[in-house]
Amino acid sequence: MFGEMSVLASVMDILIPGSGSGKAIMAAVLLGAGCGLLGCFVVLRRVALMGDAVSHAVLPGVVAGLIYSSERSPGIIFLFAAVAGLLGAGLVRLMMMSTRLKSDAALGIVLATFFAFGIMWQSRNQQDTVGVMNFLFGNIGSIDASDLRMMLVTTSILVVTMFFLRRPLLLLSFDEGFSRGLGYPVKILNGVFYFLLTFSVVVALQAVGVVLVSAMLITPAAAAYLLTDRFERMMILSVVFGVVSGITGGLVSAEVNGLPTGPVIAISATVLFGVIYLFAPRHGVLSKVMRTLRRRMRVRRENTLKAIYQIHEGEGFAHEEVSVLMLARKRGQTEENVSKDCKALLSRGFIEMAEDGVSLHLSRLGWKRAMEIVRNHRLWELYLTNEADYAEDHVHEDAEKIEHILEPGIVRQLEQHLDFPELDPHGKPIPQPAHLVAQSTVTI
Amino acid sequence: MNDEQEPALETHDLTVTYHKRPVLYGIDVAVPQGSLVGIVGPNGAGKSTFIKSVMGVVPSSGGWVKVFGKPMRENLHRVGYVPQRESVDWDFPVTVMDVALMGTYGGLGLLRRPGKAEKLRASEALDKVGMLPYSNRQIGNLSGGQQQRVFLARALAQDSDLYLMDEPFVGVDAATEAAIVTLLREMRERGKTVMVVHHDLQSAGEYFDHLLLLNMRLVAFGAVQDVYTPELLQKTYGGRLTILSEVADQAAKL
Repeated sequence: MFGEMSVLASVMDILIPGSGSGKAIMAAVLLGAGCGLLGCFVVLRRVALMGDAVSHAVLPGVVAGLIYSSERSPGIIFLFAAVAGLLGAGLVRLMMMSTRLKSDAALGIVLATFFAFGIMWQSRNQQDTVGVMNFLFGNIGSIDASDLRMMLVTTSILVVTMFFLRRPLLLLSFDEGFSRGLGYPVKILNGVFYFLLTFSVVVALQAVGVVLVSAMLITPAAAAYLLTDRFERMMILSVVFGVVSGITGGLVSAEVNGLPTGPVIAISATVLFGVIYLFAPRHGVLSKVMRTLRRRMRVRRENTLKAIYQIHEGEGFAHEEVSVLMLARKRGQTEENVSKDCKALLSRGFIEMAEDGVSLHLSRLGWKRAMEIVRNHRLWELYLTNEADYAEDHVHEDAEKIEHILEPGIVRQLEQHLDFPELDPHGKPIPQPAHLVAQSTVTI
Repeated sequence: MNDEQEPALETHDLTVTYHKRPVLYGIDVAVPQGSLVGIVGPNGAGKSTFIKSVMGVVPSSGGWVKVFGKPMRENLHRVGYVPQRESVDWDFPVTVMDVALMGTYGGLGLLRRPGKAEKLRASEALDKVGMLPYSNRQIGNLSGGQQQRVFLARALAQDSDLYLMDEPFVGVDAATEAAIVTLLREMRERGKTVMVVHHDLQSAGEYFDHLLLLNMRLVAFGAVQDVYTPELLQKTYGGRLTILSEVADQAAKL
């Protein structure tokens, strides 16, 4: 038994680097991996506050560990901290079950009480708890070989358990009712989850500190969630973000005198999150703004095309050309603005401009798109009046929006449904872009 | 297995209490195998609570549940459950295929991962509800009707004998509603027993062959032609038994 233990210990000692910065980096990797993995579930199950409560609740355990282990043994500190964290989580559940309090209130009470108790206990035993600041605000430099050994064991347990239980835990997080229906031991799985959560908090404790551990649980996972729709990828990204912010924070706080590690790690994670929040390809803010802008520009172009068509229609399609001035009047806009719109249409090949720069005509592509928009508008008006019993004078506004988003499939359905109508409710003809193509092939 | 005569579902004196307030009193019902049952009743009648308590999602405070003649726990693998669509977060980072695969997890235990056979079953189930082309979509990018189809596919992949469905018709388009009805009838043809919480009394008479009329207690259970009567419907929808619920409230507080 002891022989095996010492073999294990020596294997671990090979893994543990000798230099101080090497130790710091390894600690960052371990805490990033642990918190990153658990964080995915914390974010998806919306129990972010629970992570915060557990991390604050471990403080009395840390204080007890410092007082009752003569050589500041990481094993003892870990044990007490984990017990305190689990006790806190258990109390939260007990309060929720026995009263009508919801989780947020119960969490708030437990978090504050445990933390206050820890601080009080610590200030009464200042000599025995010299290193407590490291646990409060984090100090990656204070992590020594025996701490690392503890972190290594804990993180390994955590990663292995997560690997084997990821599918049931995912299903439980997604649909608890269904997983009960499958006969999953829901209570045990939830218990395992809170065990692992406490483990990950304790692993990160010495590097990040009690107050900010929850940042490591939430921020990297939240950033990963904005980047992907696949759970496996989310876990990998979350671990990577956790590790990167851990290393960055560790290095920066080692370089700059007087900066505690925890806050720097938390801020690094937030910077990473901020970049992703802005620039994530699908769920990022910038891409959403860009999508809205692009859609607005397209609507504007299409409205200009429609106006050109309507001018032609008003003249009985007698003239080839339309002038910018006519278009400006029709659109109710300045000539300058309309000129800009025309440039956009020109660059996309919807219109051709005459050399004078004031008259223009639709290209074949332009005719097709203009007819489609006008057709969409009038089809939709007809559909609303015929099928949805809208009054004739109420349909225009709605059609102004819908005309830009009707997909070809729905247009076909509408046409079939309305039996290929020729006139809209106001008696105007519904254009047939398909005929245009047919005619043009004949002329060629 | 000689359980052909056993009811697919039998409950005896099933009672459920929520926050010390009883919501279902003493439900006694025996559902014959191969029936397509609509569970109907007014809002707050305990329709969802009934199937949740049968599934053990909501703890019951009294009575027992048997499935194919055995306690629920022993026959859980023969029961498929379709929760309400609103009960899950559709922003969850899983694909349509992932959700369908969840239906096969029951036979796998906690640790085994789904293999080829499971993936085939999930694909077939998705195909059945017309969602196979969407396999790789994240579930948030689906319409309400499509989401419901995915939930049904997950249940089909379970390949159970008794199905309990919570409001599968809520928030779905007409095409999906028709597709679900066809699917339910097909399941009955294959000998499955299906129980569906349904909120629309009008269509209940034509969709199902049995009705379970519920209003905090069992009003009636039987073939549609026997229980779809003005008197029984009036009894179901004609308000609570006020004294019963008041006294039960008082008793629960003791």
